[in-house]
Amino acid sequence: MTATDTTAPVPATPRGGTLTVRLWRGDASGGDYQTYSVPRRDNQTVLDVVTEVQRRQAPDLAYRFACRVGVCGSCAMMVNDTPRWTCRTHVSKVAEGGTITVAPLRNLPVIRDLATDMTDFFDKWQKAGGRFQGSATRDEPMAQVDPSSKARRMADAGIECINCGVCYSACDVVAWDKDYLGPAALNRAWTLLNDVRHADQKGTLDKAMAQGGCGSCHTQGNCMRACPVGISPTRAIAGIKRMSLLDFIGMRGR
Amino acid sequence: MSERQLFVLQRLSALVMAPMVLLHLGVILYATRTGLSAEAILTRTGSTWLWPAFYAAFVLAVTVHVPIGVRNVLREWTPLSRGAVNGIAIAAAAACLILGLRAVWAISGWAA
Repeated sequence: MTATDTTAPVPATPRGGTLTVRLWRGDASGGDYQTYSVPRRDNQTVLDVVTEVQRRQAPDLAYRFACRVGVCGSCAMMVNDTPRWTCRTHVSKVAEGGTITVAPLRNLPVIRDLATDMTDFFDKWQKAGGRFQGSATRDEPMAQVDPSSKARRMADAGIECINCGVCYSACDVVAWDKDYLGPAALNRAWTLLNDVRHADQKGTLDKAMAQGGCGSCHTQGNCMRACPVGISPTRAIAGIKRMSLLDFIGMRGR
Repeated sequence: MSERQLFVLQRLSALVMAPMVLLHLGVILYATRTGLSAEAILTRTGSTWLWPAFYAAFVLAVTVHVPIGVRNVLREWTPLSRGAVNGIAIAAAAACLILGLRAVWAISGWAA
């Protein structure tokens, strides 16, 4: 993410020149890149470019977005072979010789063009034990959680995940092992394991360590490098492994 | 045995093996750099029960550690079925145990 200079005027007009955009077009049965030309504009994001192509040149182009400002996590795509939020990626940062290449997220089945089917991705959240289970009813007082406690600080480090799928797409283990739950799901499990209100600690730990769980991670760190909000699923997975070991020998502290 | 138990066993056996590997490497370096003959080495390893005990423990840790790793590698990199992978891992465990204990027996001097 880049800082925005709020004092600069925002020119809406083309600043001259054109950008060559290679967009992947096709569906589950296959496809290929098609090339488009788009006027080059100041402060132009990759999502702006895709939208411009769809509005003016290829109305049947399928892609996904909602908020346009890096909150919703729906516009992630491969930009020059790197998974990114297209809304927070400025063309000026990624254009190589006046060209950008945009493709659907890796490691997920394509529905059409730039839109992927994220069912597997979300199913794996459940498989990793990512469902919160409360330990109190609404009649009981609110849980007192010390924000400076070690467990809460570790949960906080991973809690800002918005399920965009960038880490899942960046992960090579996901690419070659279809059972692997992936960085986002395991990061979610780690935040629950550090949440004192989560009742099913054992269930989450067992699921996160089952086949396809933390044991499959190769600690390559692609997820951590790609995450647009700076979360480190690599650290979360290492934390779950450590917790599992301590739990096994009865030394897991809270 | 669950995946989680296997994972923990692999880590714990690694914990046991780490200092043993260092000591084993030290023994190798010492024996080769001081020009000891095979006979002299075997005389020393057979002079106390500590060496056979050390290497027997080493063999047991290896027997736990290696097959779990072999199983992970095969499962990730080969199209073998789960049963085949488990079979190969058990065979690897048996090989480590039998060959290892045979070697411990040899350096113990008890056969002589």
